[in-house]
Amino acid sequence: MFFGWNKVSKGFHLASTWLVTLGATLSALWILIANAWMQYPVGMEFNPDTVRNEMVDFWAVATSPVAINKFFHTVLSAWALSAVVVIGVSAWYLLKKRELLFARDSIKVASVVGFIGIVLCIYTGDSSAYNAAKTQPMKFAAMEALYEGGNEIGLIGVGVLTPDKKYDDDKDPFIFKIEIPYMLSFLATRDAKGYVPGINNLIEGGYETSRGTALSMEEKMRRGRLAMQGLEEYRKAKKEGDSETAIQARKQLDDNYSYFGYGYFKSPSDAIPDVSMVFYSFRIMVILGCFFLLFFIVVWIVNRKDKLKDIKWLQWVCLLSIPLVYIVSQSGWIVAEVGRQPWAIQDILPLMSAVSDINTGSVQVTFFVFLAIFTAFLIAEIGIMVHQIKKGPETLEEMKNEDQ
Amino acid sequence: MDYSFYQHYWWFLISLLGALLVFMMFVQGGQSLVYSLGKTESQLNMLLRSLSRKWEITFTTLVTFGGAFFASFPLFYSTSFGGAYWVWMLILICFVLQAVSYEFISRQGNLLGKSTYKAFLFINGLLAPILIGTAVSTFFIGAEFTVNKDNITGIAMPVISSWQNPLHGLEAVGNLWNVALGLAVFFLVRSLACMYFINNIDDAEIRKNARKHLLINAIGFLLFFLPYLIQLLLKEGYTENPETGILSVEAFKYWHNLLAMPWAFALLLVGVVLVLYGIFRTVLQPQFIKGIWFAGTGSVLVVLVLLLIAGFNNTSYYPSLVDMQSSLTIANSSSSLFTLKVMSVVSLFIPVVLGYIFYTWRALDKGKIKAEDKDDHY
Repeated sequence: MFFGWNKVSKGFHLASTWLVTLGATLSALWILIANAWMQYPVGMEFNPDTVRNEMVDFWAVATSPVAINKFFHTVLSAWALSAVVVIGVSAWYLLKKRELLFARDSIKVASVVGFIGIVLCIYTGDSSAYNAAKTQPMKFAAMEALYEGGNEIGLIGVGVLTPDKKYDDDKDPFIFKIEIPYMLSFLATRDAKGYVPGINNLIEGGYETSRGTALSMEEKMRRGRLAMQGLEEYRKAKKEGDSETAIQARKQLDDNYSYFGYGYFKSPSDAIPDVSMVFYSFRIMVILGCFFLLFFIVVWIVNRKDKLKDIKWLQWVCLLSIPLVYIVSQSGWIVAEVGRQPWAIQDILPLMSAVSDINTGSVQVTFFVFLAIFTAFLIAEIGIMVHQIKKGPETLEEMKNEDQ
Repeated sequence: MDYSFYQHYWWFLISLLGALLVFMMFVQGGQSLVYSLGKTESQLNMLLRSLSRKWEITFTTLVTFGGAFFASFPLFYSTSFGGAYWVWMLILICFVLQAVSYEFISRQGNLLGKSTYKAFLFINGLLAPILIGTAVSTFFIGAEFTVNKDNITGIAMPVISSWQNPLHGLEAVGNLWNVALGLAVFFLVRSLACMYFINNIDDAEIRKNARKHLLINAIGFLLFFLPYLIQLLLKEGYTENPETGILSVEAFKYWHNLLAMPWAFALLLVGVVLVLYGIFRTVLQPQFIKGIWFAGTGSVLVVLVLLLIAGFNNTSYYPSLVDMQSSLTIANSSSSLFTLKVMSVVSLFIPVVLGYIFYTWRALDKGKIKAEDKDDHY
């Protein structure tokens, strides 16, 4: 597509471009549905005979609120990312005082697409956080480094964490913080007075939820082991043809299956992700996300008045925003994936129990081989893009000459 | 349509995709032959341009084969990928190098230079067919793994499938039959590549060179494949009792499978004849350029039947050499009935995809590749 401008007709090229967009978006949809299922496993039942979770409701998996939200949040953030890259490259042309018309037109389109992308991204980001508060409360607590929860909790706008804070010590989690009162309660429950559990509350349990009193982590671990014991006894009884014991064991398994994964934990603290990584990544994502909202508005207004070509510092801001937008994107993924630790599948399979039986050395070798290969290819990719950018867009005349 | 129907349906689709993949690996065969067939810069350019128009179809077939296998027979995936780790990692790296090389090779500013990407393509062409052929041979020869679902409740290490050899897949080359199939695939795809070039490139010298190399590679193919096929039909295999799921040894299992499925036997014979016809007519008749279609169709049929007799007729398609009852069959390793049904609905789109591939192939091959084409992009 990128290199096919003058190889096919305009109509064919446009159709190809839209088909690539559609194909990539559909591909993202299914990948994100799979990812969302791991964060919020719905539409499945555990089958003790095959020892696996089996899908029983395709539409529950495909249309789960976490999946839909994750899809839009990710795809729209990609719109914003692309828009920033287009604006950054165009700003480079402006800095070099070349391709002025092309740059202006590109910025005009990119700033609108980016604005739409970032606004909807903020909206779906809010829904993501709301979903996380309901379905992954430990992730939500880690995002805010909230150890002691309660009602009327404020949102930390900016903060510096106490480095060696543990969940069961008395240290203040923050060295410094600026808080927006009531905001976290509102974001999590849509009620400024709503209750938000912190890490300690999630470990200790005892607070009230819509489904009754929350269980402590110790109790969840006990129930997880009961589920495992039920599964073990069920399979043994089935092999021995003891149907009565099998029925009882099955009931024990089913009653406690929601806590199956907790049975693998050695200590309640296994349930806590890397708080500082999630906390800081979340702040970077949100703060830079807000910056980009402002960025698209300012760039659009200035460009509309055809002033951008005269404001050098803003051109530099546009150019330097390219690495920033990648940092935002990666921060979002860190919040999503580090935040859900220790779970490979939420509440069912922790990461330490999901690994294959391969020694650490083998995995390390593979990791570094792939790191070396992909780093080299990344540098090559950047080299190709930079070369194309330096070359600049082809004019219609150049295209015609090439055709002849 | 019961559970068994869907399991067989999906094994058939996997086998068909595997067969199409082996055919499409003429791209790999071609990559390993580029320097043997092309002597001038112009000839190398034509050869690479010819391959660059098809590599994505091979790649997509590989990904679809892998994805469909993973989704329909997940226990194979978790057993083999986590177990025969190094073989799959090498295959993966091989194909990463190939895909990126085709994307970057003609672009300016590509860091490593054209010759490095050409070397990557050569490595992929050399290793990928041998590795895939060796891996597929373990479907018949077996591998060292155990499967114990009760392990899921072992808190310390809840691993269902465990590989019992510390070489994690590399031990497959210790069995010469595995290597023989790897080399048979290697020579087959090189033979197919020769016929493809003859058909696709309008250049007398390339065609002459390709005919010469076709003969050498076809002999190589037959030298490795025929003994493999004979040992396969003579060897024992594991058969599953469909009532109890218990596996036992059956002498001449794969021969029995052919006898139990005469249509498969017939397809195998037709396939062998088509492959030989395509090869020998191309070698003997200098004006004949359509050998790829005969040999290509024949190789699809032969590989399809080989994969079908690996899994159909209650056969273990992944025999365990250390614990027979751990061996995988299409009955004990498939996804649930519901998942297979959902996937089967999606599979109804396959003809559309095949139709699209057919259309693009024809569109790309409207004219033969010639030296005078003003195109140095591949």
